Amino acid sequence: MHWLARQALRLIVVLFCVTLLTFLIVNILPGDVATAILGGLATPEDLAGLRADLGLDRPMLVRYFDWLGSALSGDLGRSHRSGEPVAQAIADRLPVSLQLMVMAQVIALGVAVPAALLSVRRPGGLFDRLSASAAFGFLATPSFMLGILLIYLFSVTLDLLPATGFSPMSEGLWANFESMILPALSLGLIEWTVLMRVLRSDLLTTLKEDFILLARAKGLPPWRVLLQHALRPSSFTLITVVGLNIGGLIGGAVIVEQIFALPGVGRLLLGGIFNRDLILVQGTVSFIAAGFVLVNFLVDMLYAVLDPRVRHVRFRS
Amino acid sequence: MSASAAEPAIVARRGRPLSWALALPLAWVALVVFLAITADWIGLPDPAAQELILRRKPPSAEFLLGTDNLGRDMLSRIIYGGRTSLIVGICAPFFGFLIGGAIGMSAGYFRGKVDLLAVGFIDILLAFPTLVLALTFVAYLGQSLFNVTLALGILSIPAAARVSRANTLAWANRDFVLAARTIGASNWRILTREILPNVLPAMFAFWLVAVSVIIVAEGALSFLGLGIPAPQPSWGGMIADGREALDVAPHTALIPAAVMFLTVLSLNFLGDMVRNLVDPRRSAL
Repeated sequence: MHWLARQALRLIVVLFCVTLLTFLIVNILPGDVATAILGGLATPEDLAGLRADLGLDRPMLVRYFDWLGSALSGDLGRSHRSGEPVAQAIADRLPVSLQLMVMAQVIALGVAVPAALLSVRRPGGLFDRLSASAAFGFLATPSFMLGILLIYLFSVTLDLLPATGFSPMSEGLWANFESMILPALSLGLIEWTVLMRVLRSDLLTTLKEDFILLARAKGLPPWRVLLQHALRPSSFTLITVVGLNIGGLIGGAVIVEQIFALPGVGRLLLGGIFNRDLILVQGTVSFIAAGFVLVNFLVDMLYAVLDPRVRHVRFRS
Repeated sequence: MSASAAEPAIVARRGRPLSWALALPLAWVALVVFLAITADWIGLPDPAAQELILRRKPPSAEFLLGTDNLGRDMLSRIIYGGRTSLIVGICAPFFGFLIGGAIGMSAGYFRGKVDLLAVGFIDILLAFPTLVLALTFVAYLGQSLFNVTLALGILSIPAAARVSRANTLAWANRDFVLAARTIGASNWRILTREILPNVLPAMFAFWLVAVSVIIVAEGALSFLGLGIPAPQPSWGGMIADGREALDVAPHTALIPAAVMFLTVLSLNFLGDMVRNLVDPRRSAL
């Protein structure tokens, strides 16, 4: 329990610092909100009035704690532009982003795990070398490039799938799937490379263990040794990397949502940045960062549940 | 960025370091660097000159790589875009490694409170999804070559700090450091004369990888319209422009994509190779 309490405390400190840092970036860096809203022709009185209305004339730390207080009760303020509550805007768009990331992760794992299992059957063999080369190639492909290539291949050339646009689930599962599969592939086909490499190297280590030798000596078929004996103890690093890579996935999701015109949190953030919508950017970035920190926290917990030794060893280095 | 596992097949084996696997990426990177440096002197057309009648022309003898949506010469834009990518890609990690390296080395050498503070700082920077933080920085700093470089440089601090910290930890307890201390060398002298030379090779290998990561990040920013401002060409921006005409003139997107892919792939090759040379143990971060 002691370990859990320390982790929880660490989580709270990081969350506090992350929101404070976001607030500082959005507020200290140049770019005046009042001018952005009213335009360059506004009189100084108008600008001062608007700043007072928005509460921008108060000291920054006061505003931060004010914001933090409301944020803790679920109120992230209102967008300067649309007047829409930021929390509501995020909640509306979150399902799309989550669906995108879950689908991408499923694709990534769906390619990575079989590829790793097939690779370690004969390390250095043909499949191992092919999959390593493929991974190296995909690793050099940014998601925005892959997205464009997929649109070119499946929408423009083959005319199989819609190039952009989003169909919610209410329009039917298939329509929804059709609009999400290319975006998810743009992320997942890059993500699998890292997962495959990690799992492959862990599997190779596990396969040298005595209990694998025992399983083989008992005459178990190779696929059973791999699936039932080697896979589980080899997947700890994989789980950590899945968690760590969610940060990259979020960044990728921002781009992919923009390419495919998906109404997700990433596009909300981009819109906020382009419109200099301070409160919206502050809320979205804090939300994304907090979500990322929380996911990593949960991954660490999961890691500890799967492997009790971890509770004592990790976080010391 | 991290998580590099054993990579058996790709990496050139020792004993024949000048195989094609090294020569091809090296040649490509050398070509890109050479063209980026000499771009002004090799008689390229102005990368910003528009010729609307000649828009979206496929590659031909007159326009080797065709023209884009506004009739600008693609070859010229690719080369000048490469200059942008290289400036950002080389300078940003350099900046990050200067600051991150100093933080990481102090943390690994002094340990104790300095270490705790540094690790906390790294933790917090790592808590932001990289691209989201880059977007926010650039959006509020304003779009310019310098600001994009600065933002991406700040983002490479945590990774650099981790690499240098881990390597410093490994060297700080060695006998030669103890020897230096016994003859009365100052901390500064030990750090710069004894430890730094040993940490540098690993930092250099990581820097090579960082260059390709930053080139991709710059491409992503430009692709989203938040990178280098418009008339100045950049690979990411060109891919974004080309997307508009994917059905009628796919070359406008596919050519810059291919160039960027080859460059990143080559840099990854070279980075992997250097890492295997300087760090046969492949020590984890």
